[in-house]
Amino acid sequence: MVAAETRTKVLEVNDLSISYGPKTAMSGLSLDVYENEIFGIIGPANSGKTSFLRAINRMDAFDSQMNVNGSLRFMGTEVSAWRNDYALRRQIGVVFPLPVGLPMSIYDNVAFAAKLRGVKGKAALDEVVERCLTRAALWDEVKDRLDSLGSQLSGGQQQRLTIARALSQEPTLLMLDEFSIAVDPVTTMRIEDVLKELKKEMTILLVTNLVQQAERLADRTALFLNGSLIEIGYTDALFEGQTQDQRTKDYLEGRFG
Amino acid sequence: MSEKTLAPSQLDQRDASWYVDKLVQILMFVGGISAIIFIIGIFVFITKEGIAFLFEGFSFTEFFGSINWRPTSSNPTYGALALIVGTASVTGVAMLVAIPFSLGAAIYISEFATGRTKETLKVLVELLAAIPSVVWGFIGLSIMNEFIIEVFDVPIGLNVLNAGIILGLMAAPIMTTIAEDALKAVPDRFREAAEAMGATRWQIIRQVIMPAAKNGLVSAVLLGVGRGFGETMAVLMASGHAINIPTSPFDSVRALTATIAAELGETAQGSEHYGALFALGIFLFIITFIINLAADLVVRGIRKK
Repeated sequence: MVAAETRTKVLEVNDLSISYGPKTAMSGLSLDVYENEIFGIIGPANSGKTSFLRAINRMDAFDSQMNVNGSLRFMGTEVSAWRNDYALRRQIGVVFPLPVGLPMSIYDNVAFAAKLRGVKGKAALDEVVERCLTRAALWDEVKDRLDSLGSQLSGGQQQRLTIARALSQEPTLLMLDEFSIAVDPVTTMRIEDVLKELKKEMTILLVTNLVQQAERLADRTALFLNGSLIEIGYTDALFEGQTQDQRTKDYLEGRFG
Repeated sequence: MSEKTLAPSQLDQRDASWYVDKLVQILMFVGGISAIIFIIGIFVFITKEGIAFLFEGFSFTEFFGSINWRPTSSNPTYGALALIVGTASVTGVAMLVAIPFSLGAAIYISEFATGRTKETLKVLVELLAAIPSVVWGFIGLSIMNEFIIEVFDVPIGLNVLNAGIILGLMAAPIMTTIAEDALKAVPDRFREAAEAMGATRWQIIRQVIMPAAKNGLVSAVLLGVGRGFGETMAVLMASGHAINIPTSPFDSVRALTATIAAELGETAQGSEHYGALFALGIFLFIITFIINLAADLVVRGIRKK
């Protein structure tokens, strides 16, 4: 660990626990995420990765069963203390594992967030749509049919559409939850290149099932297991074997369980 | 530790859309709560009109135990048992008719019919639902009456069977529409996944689609039951309107609703008879409340599994 961290903390998490009714999904989580880094979260199913993402943008508000305790600061303010939930969520782009193309045209899918933000005028919206679709490596495939329904695209295209949509929010923090499970390897590589570029502008929280994806992209990586943080470290160091915990080593080497 | 100072207060502004959101929330709350207030208001009104009777002329054992509904006699008695049994028997026959018809039609429209057939059938079913109940009563009185007399060789065709069939046919279209909506709401990927395993159409319907649509199908049936209890005009015209405990489907009966409709106009407001009719109303209200509550509990029970 670096002694003095000078970068801005986008997320500060302290002793966070998440439960659904009697079932605990996450406990005692403490970590910081700095601006302009890709922070990878790896771990098997049921380890609390998605619950963590849901807590960050206050999705617990939609689920009366979901209970979040502890401290979770986004841009220095407790997320639970934000006076405007919607403004918080507008700062945070989310890409879900399975693509959710909203039932509107491709153009409107991408222009939606910009319109919510108050962007007006066709020229300005056109610019947002083209820029975001290009970044999500989808522009060339859909530029001639922007008016067709977003839900009619193929799975991989829809996922890139949701990434374009998340980018159109111009988020401070982009959270990707296993974005590549419905995307082919070639496209995945193209999106990964885009993410490396995006890092200059925003912070990226990358939840992934693919250890190699974390290795390729993440500056730092955390391993979650059964609702707790096992280890957190610089990705290069972790993959070179400098792990504190044997379980991390096993997991990275695919010798787990 | 040198941290760049952030200004979350600049990000965390309550903008116009936040206030619009709160305003809409309040409007929706007022809209929702007013529906509840109206229903409570109706209940209070019915109870207020019937309460004097409940405390004075009302006898629990007479109301539920006697078949003698003689409100205009010099020594009036108010036994509602025959009326309750009448309504229940007509509703029972109606459900025997309506459930197979409506579920069959819904399954056919949703799972088998395609293209033009499907669209035509849907429009037709919705048209059937729009036939006024007095027209159904007229069919019961004129056509079904003679039909039953001829086919079954009975003296009167205005009876439980007639009213039940008429009521079942009346309830079937709306039940079909609701059941079809429930079946349509089952995502196609369920069908595709089951088809990919080699399941036949009937196996898919029986083991995948119907369980998935269970809530909607149950509510379709319970809506039909509610319709049966509440329907007045068609039952009044087709049931024979005779106070009687039916021992066969060919006996005439009288329904709770029909009694209220037929007698309320002839009673003096505030009289004992008037109060007794409102007591019937309270009873009907409680029954429908229990049916709806049961529906809700059934649906919740299914959801938990």
